[in-house]
Amino acid sequence: MIEAVLSMGGLALAAGLGLGFAAKKFHIEGDPKVDGLAALLPATNCGNCGFPGCRPYAEAMAKGETTNIGLCSPGGVETMEKIAAMLGIEPVEMEADTGPKVAFVREEECIGCTACIKACPVDAIIGANKQSHTVIADMCTACKACIKPCPVDCIEMVAVPVTVYSWMWSKPENSASLH
Amino acid sequence: MTDFILILVSTIFVNNFVLTKFLGICPFLGVSKKVETAVGMTYSVVFVMTLASAIAWLAEELILAPLGLEYLRTICFILIIAALVQFTEMVIHKTSPILYSALGIYLPLITTNCCVLGVAILNVQKEHSFLQASIYGAGAGIGFGLVLILFAGMRERIDLSDVPALLKGSPISLISAGLLSLAFMGFSGIVK
Repeated sequence: MIEAVLSMGGLALAAGLGLGFAAKKFHIEGDPKVDGLAALLPATNCGNCGFPGCRPYAEAMAKGETTNIGLCSPGGVETMEKIAAMLGIEPVEMEADTGPKVAFVREEECIGCTACIKACPVDAIIGANKQSHTVIADMCTACKACIKPCPVDCIEMVAVPVTVYSWMWSKPENSASLH
Repeated sequence: MTDFILILVSTIFVNNFVLTKFLGICPFLGVSKKVETAVGMTYSVVFVMTLASAIAWLAEELILAPLGLEYLRTICFILIIAALVQFTEMVIHKTSPILYSALGIYLPLITTNCCVLGVAILNVQKEHSFLQASIYGAGAGIGFGLVLILFAGMRERIDLSDVPALLKGSPISLISAGLLSLAFMGFSGIVK
């Protein structure tokens, strides 16, 4: 048991040291602008911005291939403002992130047309023709596809009520400075 | 000496890792769109496979077998291969950024290439000596590269031919790979 731990640990240590030296020897100077922008982004590579990762988005912004600096929704308004400060441009319009939302049907106004049911990609709305519809909040992904088709505009996005099951830590004050 | 030549002929033609053992199909299909990328990939794979089989043999002989840790073989070999691939990636990034961006994700994917782990484990199974193991690894890499470049050339030609719309792209590539595999069956029996 102890030989296994020591030998594998020793091998891993040797590999790590070797790679560390190699990283120093084969170091490539990165673009400081791209590195700075990439440090501001959350580095989760979620792809929400449309780019294949946080680094490609940083590269595109640095090269000027994209002028929309508000594409990072996990980063939110704070990240967008920091990027704007770093690039020296005006902050853009960005939807303020007020927390997770779900769709909600005001059932008194619902006329039972099933247009929203047909629009929902995850089948989160239940109801039938001429009967009141309602959204199952647990299944709603907040894609907002149901809001447009409603002829009486009775669907709205409401904040998810914070319960014991849905409470989360708030974001750290200054996440970019952690790098 | 003949022993080594036999090993080389065996791994490159008769028991080709891609067409006979069906290992390493992912980069085989992924990097074979252009001949230049295939050539670049061949260099990296030959380098990784030769070094990996040599170092893995040493690890098996000096660490795993004496301490009775054969059950850790897979982990140990993957550690060695991953470190080698990382090193190769750094070298390629420094020496040839064009090749680096051409290979893209397939360079770090050499770590998960079953070809590389396969050659390391087969060396242990066949109880090769150190020199035999290294030549086996080199031969396997060269065989992989040979088939990769052949297939890249084939695919470039296929792209320009009149392929039925139903079979365009992956289907005709897979069919061609199967036909190439059948062709390589002609070598069977030359070396055991």
